[in-house]
Amino acid sequence: MTVSYNFAYLDEQSKKMIRRAILKALAIPGFQVPFGGREMPLPYGWGTGGIQLTASVIGPDDRLKVIDQGSDDTVNAISIKQFFRKTAGIAITEDTETATIIQTRHRIPETPLKKGQIMVFQVPIPEPLQFIEPKRPQTLKMHGYEEYGSMHVKLYEDIARFGRIATAFDYPVRVHQRYLMSPSPIPKYDNPKLHRSPAVLLFGAGREKRIYAVPPYTDVVSLDFEDYPFELEQWEGACAVCGSTQSFLDEIITDDTGTRVLICSDTEFCRKNAGRSRP
Amino acid sequence: MTSAPDLSPPPLLKVAHLCKFFGRHMGCHDISFEVCPGEVIGVVGESGSGKSTLLNCIAGRLRPSNGSVCFKTPDGMEDLCRCDEARMRRIIRTRTGYVTQHAAQGLKMHISAGGNIGEKLMAAGTRHYGKIRDAALMWLDKVEIDPGRIDDLPSTFSGGMQQRLQIAANLVTAPEILLMDEPTSGLDVSVQARLIDVLRKLVFSLNLSMILVTHDLAVARLLCHRLYVMKQGEVVESGLSDQILDDPRKPYTQLLVSSVLKP
Repeated sequence: MTVSYNFAYLDEQSKKMIRRAILKALAIPGFQVPFGGREMPLPYGWGTGGIQLTASVIGPDDRLKVIDQGSDDTVNAISIKQFFRKTAGIAITEDTETATIIQTRHRIPETPLKKGQIMVFQVPIPEPLQFIEPKRPQTLKMHGYEEYGSMHVKLYEDIARFGRIATAFDYPVRVHQRYLMSPSPIPKYDNPKLHRSPAVLLFGAGREKRIYAVPPYTDVVSLDFEDYPFELEQWEGACAVCGSTQSFLDEIITDDTGTRVLICSDTEFCRKNAGRSRP
Repeated sequence: MTSAPDLSPPPLLKVAHLCKFFGRHMGCHDISFEVCPGEVIGVVGESGSGKSTLLNCIAGRLRPSNGSVCFKTPDGMEDLCRCDEARMRRIIRTRTGYVTQHAAQGLKMHISAGGNIGEKLMAAGTRHYGKIRDAALMWLDKVEIDPGRIDDLPSTFSGGMQQRLQIAANLVTAPEILLMDEPTSGLDVSVQARLIDVLRKLVFSLNLSMILVTHDLAVARLLCHRLYVMKQGEVVESGLSDQILDDPRKPYTQLLVSSVLKP
């Protein structure tokens, strides 16, 4: 651990400011709280929002898990883990069950979250209304007056063009029957995991300098039409490694002739599941 | 227009002593009128005379400096200038439609024609795709756009079609008053004629009220029951359209009427 940095890189005043924003965000589920985003030693888009949140809530006894596209060992996940090992000297884990803080880029782990855990999401575009209304003062009013009907225009366009709701990630949700929220680029497969989750869900957008949150056991409902209800992705086949049909599968091309296999996106779940089915 | 509508029912909109100042400059001054169901009112005058300022005050886009703009709502007459913003937005959204001069301002150009028509329905709470789709198809037909183009982007439409699409997108939630800011300028004469034709049909079949801001006196004569002539922010003359256009009394109106080119 380098002594020239404060614990977990950020100075205590910045952490205090971010914690206040988190408390406000938890008090108004789904509401985007502006915060004084700090410069982090990595570029925007690599998870600066998530790292600032993690740095503010982490303590010496925490065990941190970081995933990127569901995987524990991709570049982004590994560099963020190294960052916190160097600056906070805390324990790193790949085990979802024993982790106390899980920072993620695209997925919520397949293993169900528990009470006491904190999920930290790295968010690129926090404003779900941006597609409909690019002007920030207007979107603020739309949130304020709960004018969310036009969000369905995006879903309408999907059905008109593709015959079904083709939005597969960042699928808009209503939190606690009030605020419209972008669940960051998680696949819609993970949307039901947000609903009444026992864990604390924190969302941080570094570039846009916004924090929002879903407190434990809060209603999170995906938008849909009466005649086109919200549906989850389905795959024809099971994971080629562990044989699971109960997880989010990535399609991977394995050779030049276009052979494809389906493999679990959550590597930790896949490894455990493979160990269980083939003792 | 030949027959004057029945003016006995209570007015939908009542504008009283409306003023709007931009700093020391006067946008419009002491304007009062009423709009009854089924009535089409024209506001004419040269550019810079305060026509659009007046319309924007009525549409809640500008806050009047003085006076009142009262809409008839189920709860009685409500004054836009005296209710909170949430209430104002609801009144404007449910009671009025607003057709802009440039379709690009009133339509979302990156969303299909059907989506543009459906947006107001969805904003009003419709959550059934089939019903939204049916309404969009019906309205495309009403404004004489081929329903087969429902999934095309408005940017692929001609100027006249865009304007008719804008009218459909505004009328789908059945507002009582349609506010139009120079809907025919920038269109060539035959396209204008078609637009006016569609508008006349809709006004008759839906008993729609309209406030039409225009500098085109021919359009005003064809569509409007009553005319208000504006100059430098004030109404200089008002009355039945034919009366004003055939027998203008004020020098400014005489000048305006005589300045129209006749082929």
